[in-house]
Amino acid sequence: MIDYLPALASGLKITLMLTLGAMGVACAAAVTAGLARHSSQAMVRALAWAYVELFRGTSALVQLFWVYFALPLVGIRFDAITAGILVLGLNSGAYGAEVVRGALAAVPREQYQAARALNLSSKQTLLTVILPQAAIAMVPPAGNLAIELLKNTALVSLITLGDLTFQAQTLRAATLQSGAVFAWLLAIYFLLAQLMRFGFRRLELRLAHGRDYGGIS
Amino acid sequence: MTFDWGFVYSLLPKFGAALGVTVQATLAGMVLALILGLIWAIARRSKNRALAIAVGFLVEFIRSTPLLVQLYFLFYVLPLWGPSLTPLETGILALGLHYSAYTAEVYRAGINGVPRAQWEAALALNLGRTVTWKSVILPQAVVPILPALGNYLVALFKETPLLSAITLLELLHTAKLIGADTFRYLEPLTLVGVFFLALSLIASTLIRKLENACDRFRQG
Repeated sequence: MIDYLPALASGLKITLMLTLGAMGVACAAAVTAGLARHSSQAMVRALAWAYVELFRGTSALVQLFWVYFALPLVGIRFDAITAGILVLGLNSGAYGAEVVRGALAAVPREQYQAARALNLSSKQTLLTVILPQAAIAMVPPAGNLAIELLKNTALVSLITLGDLTFQAQTLRAATLQSGAVFAWLLAIYFLLAQLMRFGFRRLELRLAHGRDYGGIS
Repeated sequence: MTFDWGFVYSLLPKFGAALGVTVQATLAGMVLALILGLIWAIARRSKNRALAIAVGFLVEFIRSTPLLVQLYFLFYVLPLWGPSLTPLETGILALGLHYSAYTAEVYRAGINGVPRAQWEAALALNLGRTVTWKSVILPQAVVPILPALGNYLVALFKETPLLSAITLLELLHTAKLIGADTFRYLEPLTLVGVFFLALSLIASTLIRKLENACDRFRQG
């Protein structure tokens, strides 16, 4: 069964690339949209709301197909890996935006008032007072979202990108050892997810260091 | 290439049947997820440590692996051992199994939310295990978690396009076939997106109403 591993390794590279790339897109989108949901301008709030509802309301696979198969017909063309990173990132980012919004809302009002009283600028307030406190509340749900993202990367095999799942399908067709191939595949995804869970747990402990509330249980 | 509304109208009847398949897979999958999730949640509280740990691992395993791969596993591997299922049956089984891992966590939260005194009162009244669960614990555990279960129903609904990968003729697969036939992907795929968006928005409005109703119920 060890013979399968080299073929799966090349797929693993694509899966990891997609996961990390999409996590970057998701973080940027989540923070931007999450902050925009708290904006004082109605237009900005509405745009952020529309983004979140659009990506959370439709299926990730439909979004992927739409970007990869439908958009080229109106002249916007992405290669498979860009489409994958973009769609998976924006999809997770929409869920992440709600996490950011919730975490910002959970920071006590007094903190904003204290920052105001100390005459901090709105940028200083956000960067040195609000975000550090909100970040702790964001980490556990962000970890769950990251694992959902890892699982979602399997969808790109359906737009013929050679990720883990795609390689496994090729192997299955070549060897007809369905049971062994898919058992390996499940085990690899499980290990990756456990690694991510461990990493996020460490990050949570790190951020909670020296604080006596809101962190770990 | 522009968006052709006439083409969209001509597609609608084809999507009618596909929508039926999608709804069928969603509802049957959810029923299975609700039943299995409850079994996992109760098994994890079992006095038999080995059983509790094994079920805990199973739930964690199902939750950390992609639904698509589970779907392939059931589709390609299950027939080697046992009965061969139709794509729809395989899809329902995979959706139900996958989401049972999530509903199990929700049930667990609900069961943990029932005050200890309720267990003690059931013990004091000499109620049996089954009666305690059925008449005391579950009725109190389930109402507060209905909105959370509703959210997973919507999530499950949005995963049904994955069943296109095992040749089931649901919405997305229908759109893909129309695209392959006519070389127009824009309209059918957009239409599928709109279907999902509309149904999800309606569902989340209903869940918000349910949430309010549950809050009122708890306040008595």
